Amino acid sequence: MRAWINRQSLLVDYTLSALARHGGRNLGLFVVYSAVVFVLASTMLFTHAIRREAKALLTHSPEVLLQKLKAGRHAYLTRGELDGLGRLRGVNRVEGRRWGYFYDAVVGANYTLMAPEAGHPDRGRVDVGDGVARARGLAAGDTLSLRSAAGGLHVFTVGRVFSAESSLVAADLVLMHPSDWEAFFQLPDDVFTDAALSVVNPLEVRNVARKIGERLPESRVILREEVLRTYDSLFDWREGLLLAMASMAAAAFAILAWNKASGLSADERREIGILKAIGWDTRDVLTMKLWEGALISGGAFAVGFLSAWVHVFHLEAALIAPVLKGWSVLYPRFVLTPSVDAVSILTLGLLTVLPYTLATLVPAWRAAITDPDQVMRGTV
Amino acid sequence: MSALVELSGVTKVFHEGRHNALAALRGIDLTIEEGRITVLQGPSGSGKTTLLTVIACLARPTAGRVRVGGEVVSNLPEAFLADVRRRKFGVVFQQFHLVAGLSAWTNVMLPAYPTGRSHADIARRASGLLDRLGLARLAEERVEGLSGGEQQRVAIARALINDPPVVVADEPTANLDSALSADFLGILAGLRDEGRTVIMSSHDPRVFEAPVVDRVVRLLDGKVAA
Repeated sequence: MRAWINRQSLLVDYTLSALARHGGRNLGLFVVYSAVVFVLASTMLFTHAIRREAKALLTHSPEVLLQKLKAGRHAYLTRGELDGLGRLRGVNRVEGRRWGYFYDAVVGANYTLMAPEAGHPDRGRVDVGDGVARARGLAAGDTLSLRSAAGGLHVFTVGRVFSAESSLVAADLVLMHPSDWEAFFQLPDDVFTDAALSVVNPLEVRNVARKIGERLPESRVILREEVLRTYDSLFDWREGLLLAMASMAAAAFAILAWNKASGLSADERREIGILKAIGWDTRDVLTMKLWEGALISGGAFAVGFLSAWVHVFHLEAALIAPVLKGWSVLYPRFVLTPSVDAVSILTLGLLTVLPYTLATLVPAWRAAITDPDQVMRGTV
Repeated sequence: MSALVELSGVTKVFHEGRHNALAALRGIDLTIEEGRITVLQGPSGSGKTTLLTVIACLARPTAGRVRVGGEVVSNLPEAFLADVRRRKFGVVFQQFHLVAGLSAWTNVMLPAYPTGRSHADIARRASGLLDRLGLARLAEERVEGLSGGEQQRVAIARALINDPPVVVADEPTANLDSALSADFLGILAGLRDEGRTVIMSSHDPRVFEAPVVDRVVRLLDGKVAA
């Protein structure tokens, strides 16, 4: 064992000196390699963390949402209809929700104006998401003026600004009193945009939803798991888009790496011939080349992955966030909780480290099996 | 003197089976005694270098048998042949074939890297050899900056790092002036005096007529001349 360690240690020593002798070329390859891993790993880490974040935040969202439809379009629910929903078998509790969209021409952004039944601000006050606060430069105690579609100016005092932790779902949110909401959108009392339902047995949520759909054909039933799936699809699609672009860079790199790895220079072939002539065998040469491939690809993977980690979890993924978060004016701003998916890392590692390492072995093997006497003849 | 290397009916054909097939060795029968300096002498194309490569296990013969220290090596697989090469032979090439970009010290250590010996052990021996050959002050110099004579001494030190019983040198004085050639022969005499066997090829009269040489084997057209 001691001899094996000594041998490996000296082969690594020689490999490092060989890499240093072709420093410029190897450094260039290392930088490009690291950059490709950085982009792929950043995308992977970001989407994985944001999906996890969304899942955690939506855990406390309603199990079932119900929207009324009229002529195939979203219509308002009345309090009487909400009471009727509460009497359905399997439904535990019903809560009417009031929300609407507002385009703020001042900053060119869309807000979601919401008035919950409970826990809403007092009349004349609003609580705002951190995206709204950033767009309007607001802090608690400031005044927020909004001009409604009818042309009236509505002035609110900001009660509080939601923390960045909730930004994924609350960046564009403006919470207000139900009376203010009705006045702003000029809607009658006691109308609701949709209803949040909780069921008696959460395991039966699909069956309950199906029964509600059968009883109320002019309605749309949305399950929490469907919302989660939508988030997943959304980020899958955006991740795919970015990965598709990154894959072009990866392909260009693969060509560069293959060209470098497969085309041993005359100097390198001669060097392998010398090593064989002075007592190295084919196995020693291949081990040395394996170390070379592993040091370059493993090092580049480590550098690229760690850079991606810092980029995503400490620098708010500044380079890729605009693509992955969406194209809204109010980008959610939040610090993601570090989260690693071992399978993804392994896949990324296999797709980046293994091909390069193997690519270095094939030409080395071809050079290493040549007879060492060619060195003596000067034909290598 | 006992026989160290024995060749019987050794033939080496390059490009065998092709239209450009070339028989470099034609049925060589030869015994080389240990502890002596033997020179393979002959004109260009006589098969000196080819015979050296077969003796030093750098190439296998096309036919015939080679024994080194009583062990038949001519039919050994590559991995075993490399092991014999590493244990038994130190080779000094005509063009020295040092690895450019590395120091003299590292070049000397290279043949010992796959042996499993510790770095400290190898480094100690390399330093001792460089010191013995008068190169201690140049140990850290890159080999491409050394003179021809210095490079050859580095190559000799490299050939001795694994303490082989046989030193093989191909046309060792081809790139040296008279003074350096004399120095080189002095070094070889020293190796013989410590019990090593030296086998070299040369068509240089300064070598095969030198008093330190114990035996000259004349080759002509791939055969041992009478």
